[in-house]
Formats: sequence, structure tokens, C-alpha cells
Amino acid sequence: MTLTGAIDCDIHPGVPDIKALLPYMDAFWQESFVHRGLDGFEMMSYPPNAPITCRPDWRIQGQRPAANLGTMQAQALDPFNIGLAICNPLTGGQVSVSESMGAAICSAVNDWIKEHWLDKDRRLRASIVVPPQAPMLAVEEIERCAADRRFVQVLMPVACEMMLGRSYYWPIYEAASRHGLPIGLHAGSMYRYAPTSTGWPSHYLHDYVSQAQTFEDQILSLISNGVFNKYPDLKFVMIESGVTWLPGFIWRAIKTWRGVRAEVPWMKRSPADTIRENIRLTVQPFDTPPGDADAVERIIEQIDSDQMLLFASDYPHWQFEGDAITPAGLSPSLLQRIRIDNPLDTYPRLKETVA
Amino acid sequence: MNAPVDLAAPRLETTQTLGIIDCDVHPYPRAGALNPYLSERWRKHVFEYGKFNCGIYADRGTYPRFSPNTCRRDAWPPGGGLPGSDVGYIRDQLLDPYNIAYGVLEPLLGGNTSRNLDEAAALCSAMNDWQAIDFVDVDPRLRASILVPQDDPPAAIKEIEKRSGDWRFCQIQLGSKTSEPLGRRRYWPIFAAAVEHGLSIGLHIGGTQSSAPSASGWPQFYLEDHQVLSHSMQNQATSLILEGVFDAFPTLKVVLIEGGFAWAPTLGWRLDNHWAKMRDEVGALKRKPSDYMKTNLWFATQPVEEPEHPEDLRKIFDWIGWDRMMYSSDYPHWDFDDPHLAFRFQMTETEKRKLFRDNALDVYTFR
Repeated sequence: MTLTGAIDCDIHPGVPDIKALLPYMDAFWQESFVHRGLDGFEMMSYPPNAPITCRPDWRIQGQRPAANLGTMQAQALDPFNIGLAICNPLTGGQVSVSESMGAAICSAVNDWIKEHWLDKDRRLRASIVVPPQAPMLAVEEIERCAADRRFVQVLMPVACEMMLGRSYYWPIYEAASRHGLPIGLHAGSMYRYAPTSTGWPSHYLHDYVSQAQTFEDQILSLISNGVFNKYPDLKFVMIESGVTWLPGFIWRAIKTWRGVRAEVPWMKRSPADTIRENIRLTVQPFDTPPGDADAVERIIEQIDSDQMLLFASDYPHWQFEGDAITPAGLSPSLLQRIRIDNPLDTYPRLKETVA
Repeated sequence: MNAPVDLAAPRLETTQTLGIIDCDVHPYPRAGALNPYLSERWRKHVFEYGKFNCGIYADRGTYPRFSPNTCRRDAWPPGGGLPGSDVGYIRDQLLDPYNIAYGVLEPLLGGNTSRNLDEAAALCSAMNDWQAIDFVDVDPRLRASILVPQDDPPAAIKEIEKRSGDWRFCQIQLGSKTSEPLGRRRYWPIFAAAVEHGLSIGLHIGGTQSSAPSASGWPQFYLEDHQVLSHSMQNQATSLILEGVFDAFPTLKVVLIEGGFAWAPTLGWRLDNHWAKMRDEVGALKRKPSDYMKTNLWFATQPVEEPEHPEDLRKIFDWIGWDRMMYSSDYPHWDFDDPHLAFRFQMTETEKRKLFRDNALDVYTFR
């Protein structure tokens, strides 16, 4: 197909209730969910009625946010002139304490999204949602889905049961590498630990804001644990991270590495180089004062790479007003890179379908 | 850090007469130095059970550091003992050569992180006596921090009241990692006491390990822990602001020590943006979150961020405000910041005076 608009690297179809997922489950899980009366697996990271979860003018009474394709087309794909969009379903399957139940929900979501979204709009692609609670089951799910080239990424929540650099997770990275799939880390937590290193805050707002720190933690974990030594071509995409924490984080990472690099002798390059090569970030939200082009420009200068940022709406999450979908003050050439070139470079499978 | 000093690099000249105030000097005890200040009951208890904290080792930190005692290798006193344990050597190596007018003692000895609140109270009180007698009385340029068992507010207030009239103490010290985020109401009596006694609160990086360093668990390396520790400081700032502590105690002064500061602008922006959407959740903040960063928070500079382009550091100072930045050395730790070398951009004389002296005079109670 000919690409006629921007590539949206973070869009959220509303994952339905368990009843709608039952057709994509085996008999055991169908009976389990029905017999046990189990439903309501929406993540604490996005309470369904919280303001962040759906922009007010996109909420439809009695429906989940972005509940169906028609709504997404009318509210996002058409008005924002989206050429391709990567669906990132946010599902409780990814945070379940049960490995097998989590895997069952994730698999169902992947099949559901093929049938109800990918098959019905040629602009749509999707991430494979996997249960990071069980890396071997996650690998099985990648193997099951990867043959469908419309799956372009493996999706995990940014806060899991261990730091993501740990070798426990490397089978997931091996499978992703082999299939040309980047790993997307999306805001959201399994809540196995307190959301902050100083305990449990009183407010969702605090939880949400502090997730920028978890993105930093994970980048540092991936680099210092040698993930990119093992998988040098693997890209990790930080999705809905806020972005503007990145320069200060890089400065500190360089300084700390200079001081104690002998602890991690395989870290032969400055972490700044690895970050610029292997880490990508979606640009909604972009945490600067609204409309402050100077602040945006300063952050862009400090990031000092035109390769790292990926266009995203984060629809239907409430990150911007009206049609102010990109940060203020980006140059036309950088906008072109963010909207088209960088997504194509990051997601090899997108290139296959674009003329 | 441990990189060789580049003598050709631009040096920030401070006048000999300036009289620097150093907000972060770490005292360590000579062997047995705390014993005279502990009762027999607590000497025995500490001997048998140690400082009963949330870590994995009985008598050392979870993350093995990168130099003995986390210290500069040249800071070991010729006469023996740990770095920071010999006032004479602190004088020779820090106070005299850098013309330090006041150095604020920040003990990091795990007194207030015992899970046993009675032990915490006994240790804090002993460490307060020890700082005052073994350090401040020996060289009054050093000033002590009031350590308190913050998880037991009545005992904490008792300790604050005992020390507040004593000129040797200049602030209340808390950690950046506490059992709960500091804005939670259990800690408000401590803030009320601080305001009542005109004392600022110094939040030093570190503290209890009751929560994992990350929302995703435990890092593997010191390299990770050392960097992500600064998140605990961001969370204390966030918690104090969102819980309305600064609306309830508008004159409360909180100094963030060794937690970095390059994160401040972006944290402020992020808080403001998302608060704008979810402000109903957090009750009645009188102002937008970032405003409180500019009225109630101060930042001690070590370890200074080192942007790839040094002038970027000025932009961070400009956003936070030149009246809120205070020099700290972290002596005798390995990542000591030399006042002449740490800042790689040019400052005006007025800016230097604020950073190295005047802001600290406004914040601390030096008597």
C-alpha cells in the first residue's frame, strides 16, 4: 500500500470484557471464566473511568473507550490522517498472577484483535501481547503469532516481576530478535512492588507520574545486564513514557558509568551511545508546558538524535487537546522523521507493506 | 568522579573570603564511638542484633559499593579510623583548604531505619549526642543534623524538642527512602515540629529498603542502584506536593541532598500536565505542583549532573532558580564534588555567592 499519512505507534483499541474473548479460548478456560464468574480484568494502571484513560470528548456514554473500530476511525484514524497505526491492547492478561490464566487472556486478545481490527482496516497493525509472568509461555505466543506479518512488536508492561535486563526474560528477547520484532514497553505495572522506591503513594496521579522513573530503571537494567551485547539489533520502544526525562537520565547514566564501569566490564560503550542506538520513544505524552516550543526545542537538542522519537496519538488516552497531536515547535524535517521515517526504521515489518 | 582531574579545564574561582557552606559532610564513628551514648540495654541489643533494618545483610548494605566504605581512597586518616571519623583530618582535607564556613553533618549510619522503633529512637539519640560532642564541639564549623525515628512520630518529636534549642544542630535529617512516601499524614507531626522550631528538613538520599528500588523490583548492580536512588528523591518531592504538605505548612523548608536535580524541570512539567487532568483526585492544592518546587524545595548539588554540553546545566539552574541551589561536597565519599571543578560553566559573582553560601544561610539555622 502507499503510505498517505503518519504512522501512529501507540493507539489503544478498547479490550472487551471476558465474554467477548471466550470464543478465542479453549474449552477449559471458557468453562473456568464462566463457571467461576470471572471478569473485570482492567488494569489498575488505567482505571476505566479515570480522566487519563479517555479524553472527555472521546468518551461515549455506556461504552468502553475506543470500544470499536468505527469509533477509532471517526475519532482518530481519519481526523489525524493516520496512514498506519500500531494497536497496543492493554489487558489484565499481562499482569495476572496466574501464568496460565494470563497467557489465556493474552492469546485471546491477540486473536480477537486480528479478527475485529486488523482484518477490517488495512491501516492497522498490532503488538503481540504476551504474559511476561511466564517467559516460556510468552515465547510460545510469539511463535504462534509471528507468522502474521501484521504483528509488528512484542508488548510488555514497563513494571514487571523483575528488572527487565535479567536473564530470566532473555528467551523473550531471543524470539523477538529472531522474528524482527522490537519490544514495546508500555506504561503500566504488575504492581508486584510498591509503585515507587519510597512506598505506596496515596494517589493515582503520583503512580502515573512516577512511571517515567520505571522507564529509566528498565533502560539502565537492559544496558547494564548486557541485553544489547547479546541482541545488538534489538530495539526497545518506550511507549507513553513522557520522553522529557531522557536528557537528564542520559547525563546521569554517563557519569555513573564513568565512575563504576568496572562493575559491568561488558559495558564498553557509553550508555548514551547504546541508548541512542537501541532505545526509541513514542511522543505522546511529551512532558513540556503546553505550547512551549522553546522547552521542546531544548529537549530535542539535548536528546541529540533525530532517530529516536516515534509519532503516536496514545488515543484514546487524554494527552493533548484538540488536534495538537505533536509537540509544539518541531522542525518540518524532524516531523517527517518522527511521523514516517523513524517508525519505518524501528519496525522492520512495517516496511514490507509500504510502497 | 574517579576520572583523573583535568587541570586544563576551566576552574571556577571562588574568592578566599567567600566562606563556603557545604551541605553534605559525612561523619563516621571510630570503633565503639557510639557506645558512650547508648545505655547498657541498647549497647547489648545493637551488639547482638545489629541495626535491624530491611536489608539482606546483617551489617552492610545490599549493593556492594565500589570503594572501601564508599570513600575517596585518599580520605583515610593517617592516624587510623574510617574516613570522616577524625575531625582533624576533615579540617585538613576539607574545611581549611576549601575555606568552608559551615559543613552540615549528614550521618548515614542507619539509626532511623531500624524496624525496631525503640532501637531507632535509641540510635538516633546516641548519634545526635555523638555528632554534637565528638564533632561540633571539636570544630564548630561542623554542624549537626537532628536524626529522628520518623516512623514513631511521638519519639521523633521528643528528640526534636530535646535538640532544637542546641546551637550545634542546624536541621532535621530524614532519608529519601522512608516506609511510606513522606507526604503521608503519619509524618505530618514531624513537619509541624520543624516549623514550630524553625528548623529545615534535609532529605538525604538513601534510607530504608522496605520498598524495592524500582516498581519492577531489584536491580542487579550498584551502577543501577546508585542512579535510580535519585527516583526516591523525586517521589518524596512529588508526595510532599501532592499530599498538600506545603499548603498545610507553607513555611516548611525541605532540602534535597544528593538526589540530583536535572530531573526537576521535567518532573515539574509532568506533574503540572497530568495534574491539570486529574486535579480532582488530589484535593485542594492551592497552586500548580511545580510552583511548590520553587517555594519549598532546595537542592544540594552533589553529585552535579554533567550534561554533554555543560551550558545545559545553567538552564536547569535557571528553571529551578538560583536562590534554591546549594553547594555540597559529599566528603569523604568517592564521588566528592570539588567546588572549583564540579561546575563546568561560568557563573557571575552573584550566582557564586548564592550557590556557595547565601542560599544555605537562608535555609539553615546556624547559631
